[in-house]
Amino acid sequence: MSIILDKVNYVYSTGSAYEIQALKNINLQIEDGQFIGIIGHTGSGKSTLIQHMNGLMKATSGGIYFNGRDIYEEDYDKKELRTRVGLVFQYPEHQLFETTIFDDVCFGPMNQGLSKDEAGLRAFEALKMVGMPESLYYQSPFELSGGQKRRVAIAGVLAMKPEVLILDEPTAGLDPKGRDEILDLIADMHKKKKMTVILVSHSMEDVAKYVQRIIVMNSGEIIYDGTPGEVFRHYRELETIGLAAPQVTYLMHELKEFGLDADTDATTIEEAKKSILKMFR
Amino acid sequence: MNIIKASKLVHEYIRRDEEGNVESIQTAIDGVDLEVAAGDFIAVLGHNGSGKSTLAKHINALLEPSEGTLWVDGMDTSDPERIYEIRRAAGMVFQNPDNQIIASVVEEDVGFGPENTGVPTEEIWKRVEDSLRSVGMLKYRHHSPNRLSGGQKQRVAIAGVMAMEPKCIVLDEPTAMLDPVGRKEVLCAVSELNRKKGVTVILITHYMEEVVNADYVYVMDQGKIVMQGKPREVFSEVETLKEHRLDVPQITLLAHELRKAGLPVSKGILTREELEQELMGLYGSKK
Amino acid sequence: MLRDITIGQYYPADSIVHKLDPRVKLMAALIYIISLFTFRGVAGFILASLFLVFMIRLSKVPFSYMVKGLKAIVILMVITAAFNLFLTPGDQVLVHFWIFTITMEGVKNAAFMLVRLIYLIVGTSIMTLTTTPNQLTDGLEKSLMPLSKIKVPVHAIAMMMSIALRFIPILIEETDIIMKAQMARGADFENGNLIRRAKSMVPLLVPLFVSAFRRADDLAMAMEARCYVGGSGRTKMKPLRYKKRDYLAYLILIVYLAGIILLRVFL
Repeated sequence: MSIILDKVNYVYSTGSAYEIQALKNINLQIEDGQFIGIIGHTGSGKSTLIQHMNGLMKATSGGIYFNGRDIYEEDYDKKELRTRVGLVFQYPEHQLFETTIFDDVCFGPMNQGLSKDEAGLRAFEALKMVGMPESLYYQSPFELSGGQKRRVAIAGVLAMKPEVLILDEPTAGLDPKGRDEILDLIADMHKKKKMTVILVSHSMEDVAKYVQRIIVMNSGEIIYDGTPGEVFRHYRELETIGLAAPQVTYLMHELKEFGLDADTDATTIEEAKKSILKMFR
Repeated sequence: MNIIKASKLVHEYIRRDEEGNVESIQTAIDGVDLEVAAGDFIAVLGHNGSGKSTLAKHINALLEPSEGTLWVDGMDTSDPERIYEIRRAAGMVFQNPDNQIIASVVEEDVGFGPENTGVPTEEIWKRVEDSLRSVGMLKYRHHSPNRLSGGQKQRVAIAGVMAMEPKCIVLDEPTAMLDPVGRKEVLCAVSELNRKKGVTVILITHYMEEVVNADYVYVMDQGKIVMQGKPREVFSEVETLKEHRLDVPQITLLAHELRKAGLPVSKGILTREELEQELMGLYGSKK
Repeated sequence: MLRDITIGQYYPADSIVHKLDPRVKLMAALIYIISLFTFRGVAGFILASLFLVFMIRLSKVPFSYMVKGLKAIVILMVITAAFNLFLTPGDQVLVHFWIFTITMEGVKNAAFMLVRLIYLIVGTSIMTLTTTPNQLTDGLEKSLMPLSKIKVPVHAIAMMMSIALRFIPILIEETDIIMKAQMARGADFENGNLIRRAKSMVPLLVPLFVSAFRRADDLAMAMEARCYVGGSGRTKMKPLRYKKRDYLAYLILIVYLAGIILLRVFL
């Protein structure tokens, strides 16, 4: 059970002067239950990549397999694929449209063909999962704060019970506390619901703190794929493409250069702290 | 001289129902006192909804104080006669790069402000060129804003403000919607304007890394100024910042954690170099 | 997809057409439209075609770019052509089946109508492709200024137009994103009968309107912050002043229109 991308290419505006190859020969396997971070600067192809995973965009060439089946097969149910691979877009609160929060979250399950009761049950569960207080369920989504709106929007996708959850920059525009709350929520879902989670971000600190595997994209290609420690070992190369490792990685590398026994694979504050305290023991 | 001075500034958003009766009053700014010296780089920190954006709009006379007074370059912002003078003196850059660019060509957008204030044509051209150059966007002057990156759009917006030759620019979360590269571009442009042209900068943000080099930092919560001081002083209070829904730069947090674990690292460490020196010093004395 | 719409877009290039005063280009577009509905017969058609080719070459805008604009009106073209084809009475019947009769006149009418429509779109898109929306509205504003004497808010209208043009591409992209986002929640915009499809637009239109209002709000604030108070007391960065080439262009236009009229009268 997994998503496999096999030699996927995607070209924008084929044949015109503006032709851009947004994805170049992408080979990727996403195992069940992984928590993955995709990083890359704007225009590196990461948004294009995730839209391929749930079939919203169709590869110019190459194949995509979900749970062993080719999603480009004639009779493959694309609509079902989209509910099993849930995609939360950037600034998802901009898609809210119903008069109440509850109805808005019901939208997805209703589209799946569930009955009103079942959809309501799903909505209830999803809203609870994102920590929305029950007193707000029947308010207009437009009256919530930015962080709350975003939770509702995420609940809207969760209510479809996807097996894979992809989030495009879920923390954009949130303040530090709001950011931590959303990320903790996502990490919690990954842990408790055993969901596969793919987090698209340009914050190295966030990615390093939460994910098990990092995929780095640059001009349509995957250039690194590995654990945070492995990927951030290339911090010098990452810099040349406009990315950077977390600050602690730099610190650990520099301490090592000064002759200290620092763990250069440390990418989070916790890891760095452990390694530094060890030095002084 | 102080270019901006607020005294017991209060702002209330009043919501009325259809008959005009008061439904609710929300105090967005609650008795703020603040002083900004000309030429300084000031940062205002606060979580979303802390009142920092409302404060920004006051400096540009887009909002009028409910109580208290705010002076910009010696002018009282509640004086309707001087609104345009105030707006010329204190320019404003907003969060969303798309929603503040009016024209479909970069240079025409930069010229929009001077056009409004009746600057003669030749002078407009000079100002447009100068301000685009000052943010490094001169070579994009004939481009459409739609084809620019977020960071470039924000630099155009800054140029648009600079073309009005303000004494002070207020930037209301200018980097919130940008990626790290764009964020860096905008900050470099802003601090260069501050250093080279002596423009007073008031940066409103919740990215801690951006304010490390500021001259002075204010922290807002629930409409009040709850902390203030030099970045080092403010950032040494990690726990207090957390209470206000903020955090500190990663290195500062690491130093704080090490301190908590018993390592005698100094308070208020801001940069990697500082922490490295501290650690090397400690390591040396251990042996 | 939606990104392909080129009507109302500006194509930057360094050509004499780009440099012309927008008032000249507005007038030219108007005259060209008039000429399209004035000419009759092959000679007029040739003159109109030559003029168009001449303008396209002068504008340095790739021809393919203009043709793209036609895609948007293919349906309109087909309907118009069909009406002319089937509904023109005449003596020379070419085909007759069931209730349809195609006459020689019909074929001719349909062909001319199609040509007129295509030329109209291409002709006017030369104007929009070579003129920035701001120049265009400046031109309109100045051309229509006399109307402000009878209390027509010419400046406000011009400003609204230029802002609308600036935001069209942004809103188109936004539509694309919202559509995809709702599709990710299982929405279906393609299938179903008319009522279902109309209903399925709600999740698209509500967010779009909300976003448009939010943008309008932001923009109004940004304009105010930059001291915008309407038309009075404004100076212009690019004031419109006729140059020699503009007078020359007017002359060419007059000659062209005269040519079309003469061809109609005498041929």
